[in-house]
Amino acid sequence: MNVLSIENLTVEFRTAEGPVRAVKDVSFAVPQRKTVALVGESGSGKTVISQTIMGLLPTNAAVTGGRVLLCDPRDGSAPIDIAALDRKGPQMRHLRGNRVAIIFQEPMTSLSPLHTIGDQIGEAAQLHRNVGAAEARELTVEMLRLVQFPDPASAVDAYPFELSGGLRQRAMIAMAMICKPALLIADEPTTALDVTIQAEILKLIKDVQSELEMSVLMITHDFGVVANMADDVVVIYHGEIMEQGTAPQLFGNPQHPYLKALLNAVPGFHMDKDERLQPIRPIILPAEALTGNRVDCTVKPGQPLVKVTGARKEFSLRKGGLFSSHSRSILALDDINLTIRRGECLGLVGESGSGKTTVARAILRAIELDSGTVAYDRGEGLQDICSLDKPALMDFRRRVQLIFQDPFSSLNPRMTVNDILTEPLQIHRIGTPEEQAERARTLMRLVGLDPRFLRRYPHSFSGGQRQRIGIARALALNPEFLLCDEPTSALDVSVQAQILNLLQDLKRDLNLTYLFVSHNLAVVDYIADRIAVMCRGRVVEVGETRQVVANPLHPYTKALLSAVPEPDLNAPLDFEALNRSRASDPTAWPEPYRLCPQDRPLLVEMEPDHFVCAPALHGKQYAPSAA
Amino acid sequence: MLEYIVRRIITMIPTLFVISFLIFFIVELPSGDYISNQIAALRSSGEASAVAKLEFLRAEFALDRPFFERYLIWVGLWSGPHGFDGLLQGNWGWSFEFNKPVEAVIGPTLPLTVILNFATILFVYIVSFPIGIYSATRQYSWGDYGFTFLGYIGLATPNFLLGLILLYFFNRWFGLSIGGLMDPQYLDQGWSLDKLLSILGHLIVPTIVIGTAGTAAMIRRLRANLLDELHRQYVTTGRAKGLKESTLLVKYPLRMALNPFISDIGNLIPSLVSGSVIVSVVLNLPTVGPVLLSALQSQDQFLSGFILLFVAMLTLVGMLVSDLLLAILDPRIRLGGKASG
Repeated sequence: MNVLSIENLTVEFRTAEGPVRAVKDVSFAVPQRKTVALVGESGSGKTVISQTIMGLLPTNAAVTGGRVLLCDPRDGSAPIDIAALDRKGPQMRHLRGNRVAIIFQEPMTSLSPLHTIGDQIGEAAQLHRNVGAAEARELTVEMLRLVQFPDPASAVDAYPFELSGGLRQRAMIAMAMICKPALLIADEPTTALDVTIQAEILKLIKDVQSELEMSVLMITHDFGVVANMADDVVVIYHGEIMEQGTAPQLFGNPQHPYLKALLNAVPGFHMDKDERLQPIRPIILPAEALTGNRVDCTVKPGQPLVKVTGARKEFSLRKGGLFSSHSRSILALDDINLTIRRGECLGLVGESGSGKTTVARAILRAIELDSGTVAYDRGEGLQDICSLDKPALMDFRRRVQLIFQDPFSSLNPRMTVNDILTEPLQIHRIGTPEEQAERARTLMRLVGLDPRFLRRYPHSFSGGQRQRIGIARALALNPEFLLCDEPTSALDVSVQAQILNLLQDLKRDLNLTYLFVSHNLAVVDYIADRIAVMCRGRVVEVGETRQVVANPLHPYTKALLSAVPEPDLNAPLDFEALNRSRASDPTAWPEPYRLCPQDRPLLVEMEPDHFVCAPALHGKQYAPSAA
Repeated sequence: MLEYIVRRIITMIPTLFVISFLIFFIVELPSGDYISNQIAALRSSGEASAVAKLEFLRAEFALDRPFFERYLIWVGLWSGPHGFDGLLQGNWGWSFEFNKPVEAVIGPTLPLTVILNFATILFVYIVSFPIGIYSATRQYSWGDYGFTFLGYIGLATPNFLLGLILLYFFNRWFGLSIGGLMDPQYLDQGWSLDKLLSILGHLIVPTIVIGTAGTAAMIRRLRANLLDELHRQYVTTGRAKGLKESTLLVKYPLRMALNPFISDIGNLIPSLVSGSVIVSVVLNLPTVGPVLLSALQSQDQFLSGFILLFVAMLTLVGMLVSDLLLAILDPRIRLGGKASG
């Protein structure tokens, strides 16, 4: 039986330029107790479909054709056509949150910060299950237990800001589940989360699904998630269904060129070193434009360009006010040693909060280290960047540039793209205004954007285009060293492939050096020559990418690798193993990797050029039988 | 929570001292003082006999001492001609212009000022709240445009003009006496129900006049805040739960949009006092505004200094109240320190 059947659905938006069809003649069904994945890029109409099912379409959108039939297996009544209901009427409100529930992408913003999670979860029960406040509270505790909250009885009274992202997403799931809906819509439920937490949440959705005998419509752009969750797959592009079928059919024998292209755009561990991702809309790189006003980099390829030695940083959190000064501190960096060689890409991997970004900021001299040094070779040997005087620092800034994670907040909304791209040149007083304008045009072409867009403001670009503007800004000064802080984590796979290829081409043609910070091991595997894995402010493993990925030695690296969902039906996530290992707690690692708070995180060379943090082995010769 | 309140009150003390010093410094910035100006005036007109008396008065009020000593004597931390006798000891100072203690000059006006301010704040909130919500939830409707238009008129009309027009019509229609805060016959009487009613009746015009600009600004602010909040993800979450639109609005976005409202309480007070001076003069209201104006003009320094300090005090109390209300309403402020720790 199909819980949800969508028949020839068409949704139109009224805009200033006339009606726009966001969904065109879409038909698919979600069978009972099955998971259907709706896959597509951003802007493909996935979310509009989910809004239609929930009756949450914005006021300027209207269903102009087709039916959305919801058939509730619980009471066996006749199917209801949701598309025909009044969106604000009592009938729709009765279904919403009761028979159809939804989880959103962003757990940070989808809960009200002013109400306890117990209040927000129990509200749905009070609305639909005819229970009083006390009973709703009990049901909430029960639900929190179901979604594996630690200590559910006291978590009821927690506010969302007291919880981590993973826990908030669990709370969202509990809220969606409390009325035991027939259909759960999960709109990119794990995109904003770390890989390890993503795996936990996916497992949770699976568990709850079998417990409550519910159907799931999973909206995602991540084929790794699809391969692990979906029974059926529906591929959508520009509001039209390109291909649909069971997961084995689509992964085993993709027919439509769009699906093939999407699959080719996903980086995976199985790829060869010189294999390239195939973006759907590739960018051709005119490289000659980038060698013009470069500062000379005389460091030979392979020689150390950046050297971080014994870096340590504590952040103190002030608690209370003026007269109470008990402060707590968090160790963000603990004795970090890293070397980045000219012309290589060092991937820095770890969960959020592991200190990756702090390292990048320390290298930029954006924060002061408590102890340790960052040395940079400007052609005169390695120099401590803290000792640089003003002109030398300006020169350093010209050589080192940063690409940010969030393409939405890293561009000033009140500056045109032209202003954004020429500002670095103005700061460093490079070229006449005409040359700067010419440079801005070159940069736009370089990142595959039309130079005519220069007069626009950032808001008129998509996420991927904005990220390319961010990259163009970073390239404006022709730097030799680029810090990329999760440059693709906010982007679709297809755009991600574009950006990754762009970065690789730039590196090849310009001999750039990268520090590539990311939590996605597959991405780092694709782009990095060497990988450094960080956990709780410590580097736990460093080595050649191939070596680290093929033969991870540290338990944390192993856990990270096993949590990456592969877009391959034959390599499913081992959910059971994930649940058992508490991989991000240094004191729980097995010997010889165990780290107590007072231990120095010493690295041991276990294989040639492959270092692992194992204090217990320090000073001893590595014996293969011990591992 | 109690610890927090106590701590907040303790931190107000150094703030008050800094403010009092700044006030004293600024009030004394013009060269000379009330008495030396008088002496100069008498000298030029040749009446030297009165000068001796004024010289005596200068010494009596310690105006011949150095600046810091004068300040400390005013506050009551330095031994003046009469020992420790300053603000801390409850002596509000002497008004040269009225030749009375400051207490006697502004004593009767203070409660009326407070009443008027309070009524105005209430008016601002009561009127702007429903209109702001209406405008935000029905953005770009005729009603929204209408209120926006009215709001701009409210912002743009000179207050005193509006005051005069309203007074005229209230007098024509309801027979309300022009000016003042009560009918003239109650001026010297003790408190009675009739007097209270008369005051309430006379409060209407000044409250509307002083409040319109603030109301218009507040409507704009609430509308903008609420519009921001209405498109937040958590509102969609609430709607996806099946909440009714009205319940949803009150429980989630409105609650979030309240914060700037509350934190504004402290800011409103000084602007109401200083903004209402002209209105008070025009409508002949017995509030401290006109007194402050004349005291500043005639360098009646103890009087103006005390009024300014009083307004600063009111502001601090307003800030305290808004901080406490915020802490009660917003768990992020109440528990924020703990959560990040």
